[in-house]
Parts: sequence; structure tokens; C-alpha cells
Amino acid sequence: MSSNHEPGHLVVVDDNRVNRLLLIHGLEQEGHEVAWAENGRQALDMLTSKPYDLVLLDIEMPELNGFQVLEALLANPDLRDMPVIMTSASDELDRVVKCIEMGAVDFLTKPLNPVLLRARVNASLEKKRLRDQQRKLFRTFATPEVAEQLMKTGFSLGGKHVEATAMFADIRSFTTIAESQDPADTIELLNNYFALMFDAIAGHGGTLNQMVGDGLMAVFGAPIAHEDHRERAVRAALEMIENLAAFNLQQAALKKVQIKIGIGIASGVMIAGYTGTQHRATYTCVGDTVNLASRIEAHTKVVDCPILVDENTRHGLPDSLQVNGLGPVLFKGKQQSVNVYSVA
Amino acid sequence: MELDRSTFEELRQMSGPDFIDELVDTYLEDAPRLAQEMQAALEAKDAEAFRRAAHSLKSNSATFGAMRLSNLAKELEKLAKENKLEAAARLLPGVQPALDSVAEELKGLRQ
Repeated sequence: MSSNHEPGHLVVVDDNRVNRLLLIHGLEQEGHEVAWAENGRQALDMLTSKPYDLVLLDIEMPELNGFQVLEALLANPDLRDMPVIMTSASDELDRVVKCIEMGAVDFLTKPLNPVLLRARVNASLEKKRLRDQQRKLFRTFATPEVAEQLMKTGFSLGGKHVEATAMFADIRSFTTIAESQDPADTIELLNNYFALMFDAIAGHGGTLNQMVGDGLMAVFGAPIAHEDHRERAVRAALEMIENLAAFNLQQAALKKVQIKIGIGIASGVMIAGYTGTQHRATYTCVGDTVNLASRIEAHTKVVDCPILVDENTRHGLPDSLQVNGLGPVLFKGKQQSVNVYSVA
Repeated sequence: MELDRSTFEELRQMSGPDFIDELVDTYLEDAPRLAQEMQAALEAKDAEAFRRAAHSLKSNSATFGAMRLSNLAKELEKLAKENKLEAAARLLPGVQPALDSVAEELKGLRQ
């Protein structure tokens, strides 16, 4: 084995036996595990049944040709990012250009140069590994939906105005709780809590922006736009309360501490964007709307209601979601009082 | 001499002694089959099938340095692409003797 790269699981697709043999032999010498298919249909069957790291795809094939296979891969969200190296005779360059325009990673002309083959395969595998790492990174601060979106479009640092809904949630009297038990128990409590909250938020298309201590902030309607972001936020809040109720029952049975939370929701224009670096960034939202959501959340303690929303949010809710007007409230830092509503 | 020896040697170097034999065997099995496919395609007046078979024969032959056969296949492919099956039919008989020479030389090179 002459390569010091990590081996991969590859698929060679070519209807020509001699070409297949050559490719497979060369790749196996590099330490890769190589499966093969002799036409496009077979290739798709294989690719959809097991995970592979890379496909070497010939253009000219019976059943389904290389273009058609590539199209099918691109249309499949699970396979869209599979690295594809097209192999082609050199007098089909215009068709290879077409493949690259469609999104194939690379191409190799036949007859294959073994040095080029090795270099191109390793480069593609490396790129895939980086993408997989990146995807994992995105997943830690965004929902899978957002992560997929980001993988597709990339993200640029910098902000823009968006019309969205901000949500803040806090555990009531958390400090008291933390002081009354083991640090290990507190961390476990927090982790369980966040898992439940994340579930509810992600389930309604929201993005978790930050977790600070026992507090969390989420946003709906950005970075992925949803017209019904207000409704989504409120439904997520209701589910958060529901999840918490079930959790508390469990805690009671285990004679562990039960918790209460307050959720504040406000909608409107905010500045949203990625801050940080290309390799580690968080999606941040700032502005009046965000501040208001935070103030409203703090107010939940005052009126002892778990979910409070602002006027803007209320306007976006269907009749099926009942709210009670609590009247105007003057918040610190604001000149005018704001109408606040409790979600039943 | 049918084969471009430098091409063949390069292939042999890259493949190693065992694999080169397997390669040659595969080529010599596939080539007559491809010739038959071209014949059948002519009879069925299927220019596309003819072109595909000619294309495969062209690239395989080039791999082993069998340039005369490869160029013949290239010409056949071009004619099929232009739908000139009659002209292709006239050239096709040249494939078998070329293939026989190549096969003889390849077998002679086996160590």
C-alpha cells in the first residue's frame, strides 16, 4: 500500500469489463474497498442500499447512463453530497463539462493515468470528510433542516434584516435549585431539560441560538424563512410546556426536583446573521424585537404565566390558539408600554 | 507488430505480472463479443448499439496499445454516430483479422 490516506468505500460504475478491472485494481492497491456495478440502474440500487464514500461513474452505459445516474443522485437528499468522479473518453469533453455543471466533483479521462487517479480520489475523499465534519458542526447549533440548508448554500458572515420570531426561555429559581443539589445532578437536569426543549423547538422548525446557563434563546423564521413563524414559535412553546410536564412527572416519581419555566416570545424585524469565523460560527439575532422577547420572558415570573407573547406575535396566530390580553406593560428601556398576551 | 510496445509495457509495469494476464484474458474475451454486437446491430439497423460496441472496442484496444484496431474501431464509431451504417458495414470485416493479430501478439507476450 503506497498511500497514507484513509481508505474509503468506493463504487466503480462502468459497463466495460476491462476498464472496470483497471480501475478496481488501481483503487484496491491504494487500500480502498471497491464495489462495482456494470450499469446505471445497478449503481443506483447499490448506492441507495449502503453508504459509500465515492463513486467513479462512466458516462456511456446501458440502462441508465452517467448523466441519468448523476441526476438521480442529485435529486436524493441523502446522496446529493456523494462525491462523483466521472470517467470518460477524452473525445466526450463537452459531455464531461455538462456533468461538472450539474455538480459532479471531478472527471478523469480514459485511459486513466494511475497517478492522477490516486490524487483525484484522495482529494475527493478528503473533501467529503471535511464536509461530513462540517455537517456535524452545523448540527450542533442548528436543526437538521437548517444544517442541510447551510450545507447547500454555505453561509456568509454578516447580517441582514429578517422578519422573524424570537423566543427566550428560563428555568424559574434555577439558582436555588442548583444550590440544593449535587453539581452532577444539576448538569444532568440541564441536559435533560435542553434535550426536551430542543426537541420541541426543532420540531417546529426553530433554530436554537444559544444556551446560557439555564436560559435559552431560539428563533423561528430565520435562517430558514417560514411565513408562519409566529404560530410555530407559540406551538413550540406549548410543546415545551407539555414536555416539561411529562418530565416533571418522571422527576417526581424519582424523587428528584421538578422545574417550572417561563417563555417569552416577540416578533418583528431583527438583524440576523452569522458571527464568528467560517469554521465556528453561531447564528445571532439582535434588535428591539429580541430585547422585547427577553423582557417578556422575565415578565412571566411577575404574572406567573408560563407563555407570554407580544402584539406582533398575536396577530400571526390562528383563532385556534387562544390568548388572553394582560394589558399594556411598560418594560425597562422602552418608552412606550407594550401589549402582552398570555397563551392559554 | 500490432502493439505499441511502450503502451503495453507501461500497462504491464503498472499492473504487475498476475493482473496483466487477467487483463489480457478479459480483453480477448470481450473483443470478439463486441465484434458480434456490431454485427448484430448492423442487422437490426441499430446505429446506437453499433456505436456503443465500437466505442468500447476502441478504448479497450487503446489500453493495450493495439492502435490499428483502436483506430479502426474509432472510425466505425464515427460512422455509426453519423448514422452511416452502410459505410460501417463495409469496414466491419476488417475487425476480425486485426483482432486475430492482436490476440496472437498478446499471447506471445505472456511470460
